[in-house]
Amino acid sequence: MDMMLHILAPELLLLASSMALLVGDTFWEKRYPALTFQLALVSLVMIVGVILATFSTESVQLFNGGFIRDGVADVLKVSMLLMTVVVFVFARDYLLVRGIERGEYYVMGMISLLGMMVLASAYDMVSLFMGLEIMSLALYAMIAMHKNSSTAVEAAIKYFVLGAMATGLLLYGMSLIYGVVGSLRLDQIYQAVSIAEPTLVLSMGLVFVIVGLSFKFGIAPFHMWVPDVYHGSPTGITIFLAAAPKIAAFALMFRLLIEGLESTIVEWQSLLIILAVVSLLVGNIVAIAQTNLKRILAYSAISHMGFVLMGFIAGNIDGYAAAMFYVVIYGLMSIGAFGVILALSRHGFEADNIADLAGLGRRNPLMALIMLVLLLSMAGVPPLVGFYAKLVILTQLVEVGMVSLAVFAVVMSIIGAFYYLRVIKAMYFDEPAADMMDAGFATVSLRYGLMMVGALVLVLGILPNGMLSLFAQVMMY
Amino acid sequence: MTSFPLLSALIWLPILSGVLVLMMKNRPAMAKQFSLWSSIAVFILSLGLYTGFDTTTAQMQFVEQANWIPAFNIQYFLGIDGLSMPLIILTTFTTVLAVWSAFECIEDRVEQYMAAFLMMNGIMVAVFAALDAILFYVFWEALLIPMFLVIGQWGGPKRVYATIKFFLYTFFGSVFMLVAFLYMYSQIGSFSLLDFQAMPLSFVAQFWIFLAFLIAFAVKIPMFPVHTWLPDAHVEAPTAGSVVLAAIMLKMGGYGFVRFSLPMTPDAANYLDWLVIGLSLIAIVYIAFVALAQTDMKKLIAYSSIAHMGFVTLGMFLLYGILRNTGEMQGAILGLEGAMIQMISHGLISAAMFLAIGVMYDRLHTREISAYGGVVNTMPVFAVFMLIFAMANAGLPGTSGFVGEFMVILAAFKANFWIALAAATTLIFGAAYTLWMIKRVIFGDVSNHHVAEMKDLSRREFMIMLILAIGIIGLGFYPAPVMDVMHASVEHLVQQAMTSKLP
Repeated sequence: MDMMLHILAPELLLLASSMALLVGDTFWEKRYPALTFQLALVSLVMIVGVILATFSTESVQLFNGGFIRDGVADVLKVSMLLMTVVVFVFARDYLLVRGIERGEYYVMGMISLLGMMVLASAYDMVSLFMGLEIMSLALYAMIAMHKNSSTAVEAAIKYFVLGAMATGLLLYGMSLIYGVVGSLRLDQIYQAVSIAEPTLVLSMGLVFVIVGLSFKFGIAPFHMWVPDVYHGSPTGITIFLAAAPKIAAFALMFRLLIEGLESTIVEWQSLLIILAVVSLLVGNIVAIAQTNLKRILAYSAISHMGFVLMGFIAGNIDGYAAAMFYVVIYGLMSIGAFGVILALSRHGFEADNIADLAGLGRRNPLMALIMLVLLLSMAGVPPLVGFYAKLVILTQLVEVGMVSLAVFAVVMSIIGAFYYLRVIKAMYFDEPAADMMDAGFATVSLRYGLMMVGALVLVLGILPNGMLSLFAQVMMY
Repeated sequence: MTSFPLLSALIWLPILSGVLVLMMKNRPAMAKQFSLWSSIAVFILSLGLYTGFDTTTAQMQFVEQANWIPAFNIQYFLGIDGLSMPLIILTTFTTVLAVWSAFECIEDRVEQYMAAFLMMNGIMVAVFAALDAILFYVFWEALLIPMFLVIGQWGGPKRVYATIKFFLYTFFGSVFMLVAFLYMYSQIGSFSLLDFQAMPLSFVAQFWIFLAFLIAFAVKIPMFPVHTWLPDAHVEAPTAGSVVLAAIMLKMGGYGFVRFSLPMTPDAANYLDWLVIGLSLIAIVYIAFVALAQTDMKKLIAYSSIAHMGFVTLGMFLLYGILRNTGEMQGAILGLEGAMIQMISHGLISAAMFLAIGVMYDRLHTREISAYGGVVNTMPVFAVFMLIFAMANAGLPGTSGFVGEFMVILAAFKANFWIALAAATTLIFGAAYTLWMIKRVIFGDVSNHHVAEMKDLSRREFMIMLILAIGIIGLGFYPAPVMDVMHASVEHLVQQAMTSKLP
């Protein structure tokens, strides 16, 4: 029992603190409105501390193999926790101004995070599914929090309906796999699948699982919800949606496809290649036609997820490590980009059109510079960290001989560069409209937070080694 | 040799001073002075490369090597040989002039403008000094960011179109090079350029790698038919931007051919040399006609740059033809040395031409040839310099423009008479488009009252022009110092390019 607590400590602490805040918030909401926010931050940082203190690359299993704690899980959890901390700090003022800042935002965020952490550690299909549902249900509720905004409600319903369908598909696929293998545990599935002849039922299950995963990841052609939900949700919630859940989706895919079904790689590899190619096409080409920044970032997310898939396609440990690196870096960059939108928005005004950024280089050089760094990083221009994320993925693809796929990916990233350049053009080369105010309400914490994100993108770009080797190392076990 | 990391200093000092200048907001005078003196300091420092250079060896010198990303065996690996050293000194030299030339014409966001040029200085030195493929690629691409912003913020009326075109063209070219690097890395597990040069490669692999390199360098240099970004970028860029673009950034393409294409894929280069030679001849002949038709001075010089760079690529790829015909190495060396001299010389001449046009633009705010006429009457001193530069651009003996072209044409005769004949037409057409422009702009009667009000060179402008004129004429009469430096490396390169790498 002692042993168990130490392994489960992060999840238990998060569960306990979110429940305590849920109850406590109703008592102190009126008198100390900021208390829930502060306590949420404190507990998240504390959990990060706990994970770091007990970090080890050894893997330990619990609950009859339903739960695992290994290096991959810890790295993913720490990234998700830190991103959530940053998101809470960034989003608070935006929500306050719009009168939707409530204790529930943080509590829901924490519960969703709990789901993601369970996902990162899940080692059988039941706990995977449980984690996924905890995460998703909390997210639906978060989007709908802005109940007076029709776009937010629309986004929530869209997300819920499509998400529920995806869950159904995933569950069906899981049940088929269970039917073939006779076990829910990933390690047993792994063993059974690697010795058994591939059957049609297994392939069917695999297809359903991959479709379900693609919905969750936001991979084309199952991406329809992504732009609408990103656009419709209040930006303070989009920023949450865009970062940590992608990492959770990576965890889900990694656990299911690699730890469970790696030996069926011939079957899923070609599927993933199609998905990745379509995602890169849709993400990069459709984005050109967008004028709304949030939609652009949504399409950019689709193409980035295509890149993540290519790490899986490479089908070796270094490829998975590259995909993990990519998804974490993507989370960092997208938090930064949405953070800039948050910083420039004011009461009754969303700075989410390209035109809203016109002349930002003059009006607010600091924000413009941060946005420049983030966008170029997303485009994959060195010496920013986004370049290395692409580099490691491409290296692995070439390593396994998929040169043509790598060439396709780089061609697509040239097309992608164009729409990032459009935003940069608006910021630096266009004249601001006469009635534009100097800047948004960017508070001190938001400003410094964004500076740190921008600096991190640059510093990791110059010295990426530590993070790269850490990711490669945890993946080895 | 000292252990002082001179190359690192040449890379990071300008970048750091660029960051410092960026902080000098609202103090433009200070930003200007600081930028000028720091770029002069970097130039003087870079002369240390020349004085400490060993001309007897083709080995890499001033080598610095450290682990950078051990997870992928990517190293911080710097070093220079006779091919890169002159280009580095050209870079630091040009930056001084570029910074100095902008003292009066840039008034808006001065500190950002100056910082961009200082940073580009460091980045360009790094491109020429990098001996690790990823390090090279990082700097190669990073250079796009400041140039993109410089053209886009301080450029002419169509600057946005020009700068996005510039960025996308170059980005498009270089990504294939990246995939080629990754392929070679997957074969030998190292990104070192020296390992790349030594590794055996099958013909098919060489073929594709050669094409990937060709796209990257052809866009940069630029060669027909991917040259169309250059006239736009040159015309729209501010004067100093055009200077750096023409004098240095185009040379990166030429440098790429001698550092990557020839030594890494010699068999494919041998097989495909007709392609490069053909495109070079198109650039030399066809683009010269295009230049004749221009009405904008900067555009004219931009097209003449393409034609001159055609000589560079021609000289570089003549060697296989010469070896097939005569079997002697001397001709091949002649062609390559001519190409290298042509790069240095074009760096000086194009910088001079763009600065001279910038001088006129600062006074009249137009680059249309028809807006001028009779400038010699109001600006006699300037007219003298302009004439010298124009003669050099036309390849007059006694100027640096002659040396490189002459060597390449000589080498071309050893390869094929018709190639040489086509190349030699440049001596006619180059003179035609340049001198015709001079006739219309400088000579004749004063055409309008704007020209009548033009003032002759200020002391600062005079000094810039004088330095360039000395350089151009000096190199024209006595090119030996530059040739000595590169001789051993060129010989080594010819060896590499002749040795088959088929496994």
